[in-house]
Amino acid sequence: MVHVRQSTVIDAPIEQVWSILRDFNSHDRWHPAIAFSEIDGDEPVDAVGSVRHFRLADGSELREQLLALSDKDFRLSYCLLEAPLPLMNYVASIRLKPVTDGNATFWEWRSEFNPPAHRREELVRLVTEGIYQAGFEAIRDLLRERPAASPLQARSPVVAPTPSAALPTVVSTMSSGQTARTRAILVERYGGPEVLQLKDIALPPPAPNEVQIRHTVIGVNFIDVYCRTGYFDLLRPPGVPGMEAAGVIEAIGSEVSGLSAGDRVAYACPPVGAYCERRNMAPDLLVRLSDDISDETAAASLLKGVSASFLLHDVHAVQAGSVVLIHAGAGGVGQLLVQWAGHLGAMVIATVSSDDKARIVERLGAHHVIVYSRENFAEAVMRLTAGAGADVVYDAVGNDTFGGSLAALGIRGHLVSFGQASGPVGNWDIGRFASKSITISRPNYAHYTDTPAKLSPHVERFFAALRQGVLKIEPPTRYSLSNAGDAHRDLESRRTTGALVLVP
Amino acid sequence: MTKVYVSSIIPAPAAEVWKVVRDFNALPGWAPFVAESRIEQNAQADQIGCIRNFVLRDGGRIRERLLALSDYDLSCSYTILESPMAVENYIATLSLTPITDGNLTLAEWQAEFDCAPEREAALMHQIGTGVFQAALSALKQRFGR
Repeated sequence: MVHVRQSTVIDAPIEQVWSILRDFNSHDRWHPAIAFSEIDGDEPVDAVGSVRHFRLADGSELREQLLALSDKDFRLSYCLLEAPLPLMNYVASIRLKPVTDGNATFWEWRSEFNPPAHRREELVRLVTEGIYQAGFEAIRDLLRERPAASPLQARSPVVAPTPSAALPTVVSTMSSGQTARTRAILVERYGGPEVLQLKDIALPPPAPNEVQIRHTVIGVNFIDVYCRTGYFDLLRPPGVPGMEAAGVIEAIGSEVSGLSAGDRVAYACPPVGAYCERRNMAPDLLVRLSDDISDETAAASLLKGVSASFLLHDVHAVQAGSVVLIHAGAGGVGQLLVQWAGHLGAMVIATVSSDDKARIVERLGAHHVIVYSRENFAEAVMRLTAGAGADVVYDAVGNDTFGGSLAALGIRGHLVSFGQASGPVGNWDIGRFASKSITISRPNYAHYTDTPAKLSPHVERFFAALRQGVLKIEPPTRYSLSNAGDAHRDLESRRTTGALVLVP
Repeated sequence: MTKVYVSSIIPAPAAEVWKVVRDFNALPGWAPFVAESRIEQNAQADQIGCIRNFVLRDGGRIRERLLALSDYDLSCSYTILESPMAVENYIATLSLTPITDGNLTLAEWQAEFDCAPEREAALMHQIGTGVFQAALSALKQRFGR
């Protein structure tokens, strides 16, 4: 939670300043960032609970609700309902006080919100400078222009707002009778699992360079949570989350070759949009499924399997005899890393959070399993390797484990940080890594998979490992598409082991 | 119930102003109308419940009990136990609020009390202008500008 508090003194009587600020819908007439604003429905502007719907100069749209208004205390509070930025749980208030020594007004503007950690400074600066300080200046200018206490200019006749360019066709074509429709999980604003709502949206025919896919099984990944909350901006509301699915091609654009209707395919790539019955997408990164790979296996494991492939072969080439430490060994990618590293001949040490998960990871062939809540895993690794330490650590836990991972490395060890489920790792002085000549990698899935040439070796290697029985995928937990919110709740609670899938 | 409210902009950061006004026994150091002050029964000046006993330059004596002190909110509340002003149920609060735009401070001083109706206007003037505003003006001068 961050708190922003800005205050200033306006050289005008409090009644005059309040007459402007009290109008919850006046901000498009004074704040430079606001292009257009209107109150939803027929609510009066000073009715507590009324919602202002406004558009910024860049076309993005926001909605804010009046929570409290006091003419006695010269105070109003409001919260953000919808925004294109992840200002989670944003509640703000404006308060005026008279400066009796003279005829000025003290104005305080404050708020609390939860930004994603990596955008904290940017968003705090935006609120502090772009909204509050800019607002102070705008009111000062306004009062300078019309020193007489004339009311704000009456609003010119309301011009209907132009439709936002940000609204995707799925919404703007809803009324069209010809367009086919599909059921999809639509995120209309960033938020908790409850924002995952099943909607009926338009589905145009595929463009010339696209195919239309009917999904049979949809993969659920932690990155979908980050998209839903706004932590990653791969999804801009309103939009459909999801980056992994399997299904059948139903229609082909005129410029697409090499695929035909009826082909079984899977994918694990952006753009988002997998949480639906049918979608159109470019075919470049589609993977054809052979008969021995089921839709469920592909949807549950393609993204994780491809990740495990490049982590173990490209980011670090694990050799027979390597000492490999794998955090969250019972997690989706963790289970694949444990099995595959063992097959490559490595000594596999895995960490888990509970005894139940320890049993799962032991069955997968880990040589040593450490319950990290009970035992210092860095010390355990040193003990198990007679002080030599790990050659490579695979760490997607982030904040909770990063320091311990560094301590568990041997000389010239390699820390592969590929996620941050417990939070960002923070700032580290790289000078300290000289004590062991440590290498750190922070791979990004897209950079290893965003062309067919990069992707296909990993897909082939992963499917071969499945066929040979090197990797076993436990049956995923299934949820209906309409219960996507429950799937996210379970994933975020860390109660789950193995993969989660949605079935349309 | 009568209310008095006075506020001023002090040209200094709130933390610096608070250092001066936080001390419940320091009125002679910054309020021009106070000649001397002591805390009764050897209590600490930031001990809630302590009583300051001070003498005005015009000779009047006032006893006030500290009711609340907050280093978090930068505010201090007290009640009059004895004074020559003939007020009852008198509770006053002096509070500071940072003004981020320019690193200044809003100082507010307010009081509520009961009194005889015919004395209300005179008391409001005496307390608001003669005491609170006079003290805040002295504080403004102390911090220059």
